[in-house]
Amino acid sequence: MIQMPVQNKNNLEHILAEYGRERDNLIPLLQEVQEHLQYLSPEAIRLVADHLDLSENDVYGVATFYTQFRFIPPGLHHVRVCQGTACHVRGSDMILDAISRTTGIEPGETSEDGKFSLERVACFGSCALAPVVVLDDKVYGRMTAAKTKKIIEDKK
Amino acid sequence: MSFSTLQQQAQLEWQEFERPEQLRILIGSATCGRAAGSLEVMQAFAAELDRRKLTAATGIYEVGCLGMCYAEVLVEIRSLDGRRVLYQGVEPKHVPALVETHLLGGEPYLPLALAVMTAETGSELPAFNELPIIHPQVRIVLRNCGIIDPTRINHYLARGGYSGMAKALTLTPEQVIDEIKTSGLRGRGGAGFPTGVKWGFARNSVSDQKYVICNADEGDPGAFMDRSVLEGDPHAVLEGLLIAGFAIGASIGYVYCRAEYPLAIERLQGAIAQMHAHGFLGDNILGSGFGFAIKIKKGAGAFVCGEETSLMQSIEGKRGMPRSRPPFPAVSGLFGKPTNINNVETLAAVSAIMEKGAAWYAGYGTEKSRGTKTFALAGKITRTGLIEVPMGISLRTIIEDIGGGVLGGKPFKAVQTGGPSGGCIPAQFIDLPVDYERLAEVGSIMGSGGMIVIDEESCMVDMARYFLTFTENESCGKCVPCRMGTQHLLRILTDITEGRGTLEQLEIMRKIGDTMKSMSLCGLGQTAANPVLTTLKYYEDEYRAHIVDHKCPAGACRALIRFDINANKCTGCQACVRACPVEAISGVKKKPQRIDQDRCIRCGSCRQVCKFSAVQVS
Repeated sequence: MIQMPVQNKNNLEHILAEYGRERDNLIPLLQEVQEHLQYLSPEAIRLVADHLDLSENDVYGVATFYTQFRFIPPGLHHVRVCQGTACHVRGSDMILDAISRTTGIEPGETSEDGKFSLERVACFGSCALAPVVVLDDKVYGRMTAAKTKKIIEDKK
Repeated sequence: MSFSTLQQQAQLEWQEFERPEQLRILIGSATCGRAAGSLEVMQAFAAELDRRKLTAATGIYEVGCLGMCYAEVLVEIRSLDGRRVLYQGVEPKHVPALVETHLLGGEPYLPLALAVMTAETGSELPAFNELPIIHPQVRIVLRNCGIIDPTRINHYLARGGYSGMAKALTLTPEQVIDEIKTSGLRGRGGAGFPTGVKWGFARNSVSDQKYVICNADEGDPGAFMDRSVLEGDPHAVLEGLLIAGFAIGASIGYVYCRAEYPLAIERLQGAIAQMHAHGFLGDNILGSGFGFAIKIKKGAGAFVCGEETSLMQSIEGKRGMPRSRPPFPAVSGLFGKPTNINNVETLAAVSAIMEKGAAWYAGYGTEKSRGTKTFALAGKITRTGLIEVPMGISLRTIIEDIGGGVLGGKPFKAVQTGGPSGGCIPAQFIDLPVDYERLAEVGSIMGSGGMIVIDEESCMVDMARYFLTFTENESCGKCVPCRMGTQHLLRILTDITEGRGTLEQLEIMRKIGDTMKSMSLCGLGQTAANPVLTTLKYYEDEYRAHIVDHKCPAGACRALIRFDINANKCTGCQACVRACPVEAISGVKKKPQRIDQDRCIRCGSCRQVCKFSAVQVS
């Protein structure tokens, strides 16, 4: 079972209280809520919509437009693979494949045991280290399919 | 406190930092440096100094990026005799030797020494400014990156910072705009519109409230110029934003920065707090009567938000979709008020121009493209890095002299400029002078400054497919030419790379591309076909090889290639067997190995590890 973060309304209200009710607070508010919950739950969307006097529909419309926002909880180990140009010419496709094979998940998914989630990132800007994989905020540079498989298996 | 008093205080702090008879360790700790392990190196130095009871006597500083990404982790050590040496590729295990030999012994630690930072006669090491990667450069935007501690406003002030602001505040806004016009500065975000003219439009709009925005939503994959400037010298950008605000009459400035750049955001927040403490923000700055505030907005990951009308929608808390112009932002922009948007690099140049004068800046570059341009040099190149060169420099100087040529000495095939909006410039144009006009003539664009070097192992059809995958994904979907155009181009390119293409599709792609260019609502769609159109123009034979012969000449398109082991070259070391992620390779030790084609996923891992070039692609 995936460990769901505790849904505590008071926790979110503490965040909501810091923001005014003007619409331009929407994205910073969603960012802070996601930082807190690790993702945007339907409950969180409803609270944000109420706070800014917007429809839930409107909030979903904005949140789904931006790739930063997630609607399912991430895994225990979050793997991000850079898809920048420098990484592409140095073989990032193979890295992504290797991770999918090792974890059994595709980009955007969280594994059934909740251990891994996989995300494609447009560019980390660490092009000198291409191809780059970021596993739980640690940057691994100059990766190969074999090295990637090893760092994932070490977390299994 | 008066500005000159602040400058004097800053000078004292800077002189203390630069005093020769001090033990100093400077560690390059921008994102690239950190990814390469600079924080671990810093911890190792701290532990070593502690062990030798040198902690109190030695200053450790995190500095920004010198642009030599290939040589990270970079460490500069200053010993008591005033010797300053730059070391490359430093790892924690090297730290005790560096401390013993140089910091205490005063002798360069030769295995890692790259250059001496100060001119030294009779040194066995080259001077930093004479290094091939540094010598052709003119660092204006990057003037302080890697030199100062970006968390100290006094370092910036002592090197001439904020004197451009102080000067601007004694002039009229119109005089400031004229100065920028005279400098010939053009927008460094990619489009190249004259900055002074743009400011003039916003100046002439009458309104109770105006805004200036710094566009730090550097979304081009393969580009990291803006990030390095924000991390290494945030005040240079903020000073430029303040000057822009004064010139157009805006009291509020926004910095719209990608959320993927947490260190840049941290540095900006710190810098804004220091500006407040120095009285450079707030009401009546330096007694001029001009008041200004700066707010940071974090982007949320949408490439189209680099487009100015989309960016403003995003700040307003909406889906970041562009709108048609007119009205232009200078008339009706953020919250319906007159707004001026400039890119990070443009603003960092503005502060330098106001400090040193328009004529000085215009002295660099070509007639229509004045000044300098930063580029993020990456891909299949020996020396990956962040560079700044005068406009008009040749591609050859950039790639061969600064970049050290193609990785592994392989033949140069093309260079991709301008990211997903740009094009591939083939090897035949290697002597092309780099400025806005010349790049446009060959079908590419200057763009924000990503420069990816491509060798013969990269397939041009695959490159086009790569960029279209990106733009198809990032197209906001508002206008039909971009939404449908990117989808159709991507579908056709995928067909071709997987061996299902037809020759008629080449003509269809040209037509779709032309339509997108002329009909799309914003820059994303207008330029999204460039990667396809330029590769079709220069590499049509590669497209035909995929379609007619079902072959990928570069050996990159996985559906069209197979890997085999040459039995004459294979020594049976089984490095490939260990590297293969799907156990497709088998054989007896010390005998030639075999690849099971049904299992092989064509990842190329075996080819990467083979020391005997026994793995062949066909």
